[in-house]
Amino acid sequence: MNEVLLRSLTPSVLGILVRRGADFAAAEDAVQDALVEAVRVWPADRPRDPKGWLVTVAWRRFLDATRADTARRRREDLVDEEPAPGPAPAVDDTLQLYFLCAHPSLTPSSAVALTLRAVGGLTTRQIAQAYLVPEATMAQRISRAKRTVSGVRFDQPGDVATVLRVLYLVFNEGYSGDVDLAAEAIRLTRQLAAAIDHPEVAGLLALMLLHHARRAARTAPDGSLVPLAEQDRGRWDTGSIAEGVEILQAALARDRLGEFQAQAAIAALHADAPTAEETDWVQIVEWYDELARLTDSPVVRLNRAVAVGEADGPRAGLAALAALDESLPRHTAVAAYLHERDGDLTMAARLYAEAAQKAPNLAERDHLTRQAARLNARGTRR
Amino acid sequence: MAKYLLLKHYRGAPAAVNDVPMDQWTPEEISAHVQYMQDFAARLEGTGEFVDGQALAPEGTFVRYDGEGRPPVTDGPFAETKDLIAGWMVIDVDSYERAVELAGELSAAPGAGGKPIHEWLELRPFLGAQPTITECH
Repeated sequence: MNEVLLRSLTPSVLGILVRRGADFAAAEDAVQDALVEAVRVWPADRPRDPKGWLVTVAWRRFLDATRADTARRRREDLVDEEPAPGPAPAVDDTLQLYFLCAHPSLTPSSAVALTLRAVGGLTTRQIAQAYLVPEATMAQRISRAKRTVSGVRFDQPGDVATVLRVLYLVFNEGYSGDVDLAAEAIRLTRQLAAAIDHPEVAGLLALMLLHHARRAARTAPDGSLVPLAEQDRGRWDTGSIAEGVEILQAALARDRLGEFQAQAAIAALHADAPTAEETDWVQIVEWYDELARLTDSPVVRLNRAVAVGEADGPRAGLAALAALDESLPRHTAVAAYLHERDGDLTMAARLYAEAAQKAPNLAERDHLTRQAARLNARGTRR
Repeated sequence: MAKYLLLKHYRGAPAAVNDVPMDQWTPEEISAHVQYMQDFAARLEGTGEFVDGQALAPEGTFVRYDGEGRPPVTDGPFAETKDLIAGWMVIDVDSYERAVELAGELSAAPGAGGKPIHEWLELRPFLGAQPTITECH
């Protein structure tokens, strides 16, 4: 049985329960129970209508749980409301579930956890493992998140931007645990793109596909990072690139530019270059200018300085860097790189070592330490 | 979504405001302190921010490799070691500001006279995962 296929039914089944009058929190628990039951039963006895099966089992679980409650009055109302068995309603509430799980009243970590469970169909244990926290902690985070959104009306229109931020966070978390969060983020964004026609949803999906395409080339067999310029481009996933580019082009053609489309355009230009030397840095700088207009993010201006360094030479890159706040994350790493390109290896080695001290993660720290060591070793050989 | 370590020191941190050694507290004050710590951890479990918490014995041993085929060398404890860790708590929070807020609350644990200890706790971020959308130079 395909677990991903099973999980893809999660949001529409949950939507049906909520539409039948179940409250979101209880319905979500019932759907999780039904998913666990499906994993147990389906391999031996796969139903002809998987979604109908899940709705029936989840609804039964929901009624059982409600009966166990003391709220008898409420339960009787619901039993009366139970529709006659028949085809599932045509309305799909998948989009509403994305909005609810990314509701602005939730903190980012709560929105991420709730989305992975209620939309993604992952178990609390899987989510806890992916984020390296105890299962009890994740269970609490999810139940608090459910309480936070319990008063939110299900049929209210939501904000696509908040949903995209949540999915972006999931994707960027990568793949530290058992669950491949990057692949899961792509699946959820694909599902969202099917539910709503929005150029930024397409932009984010394209961005994810284009980055995911480079995944195999991004790390060496020993786990160390391989910079973009040194990656074996033969290991990039051309299918994923082609899909990303196609989705991006269709989105850009609609002339409603947003930050994810602009980021995807930059990723597409990298993907398009047969070698690092053939990268169209002039166009990449133009996209960074566009991105800076859209987001006004200092991180964008930092990346722009790198692109300027490639397009117009390291001195121009350093001049662009000089205008930025030195306390920005990765500022020192960019300075080290540009100084190396400019031929000042002593300065570059010192800055790489300093950047390693400030690196926000182990992989980058090791990478920057190696860069410093490489330049220092060159000095002693001379 | 970042993990932080809250480190509590036996030695090595600046002196607390209410700096009376625990063995000079009343038994009730000790109970109140222990209760506060337990309640704090329980509250963080409830908010979905708790990862781990442990206390350490003050006396430890230093160990090092001593060459092929030889048993490791042990030494210590060293009374002069400046930095001595008493225990830790690991939290998983949305922001640095939240981590500081929680460390501040933990530092308010009651001590002598039932008054907050105002103990200095060390807050250290974990090195996180490498984000997918950031290329290296």
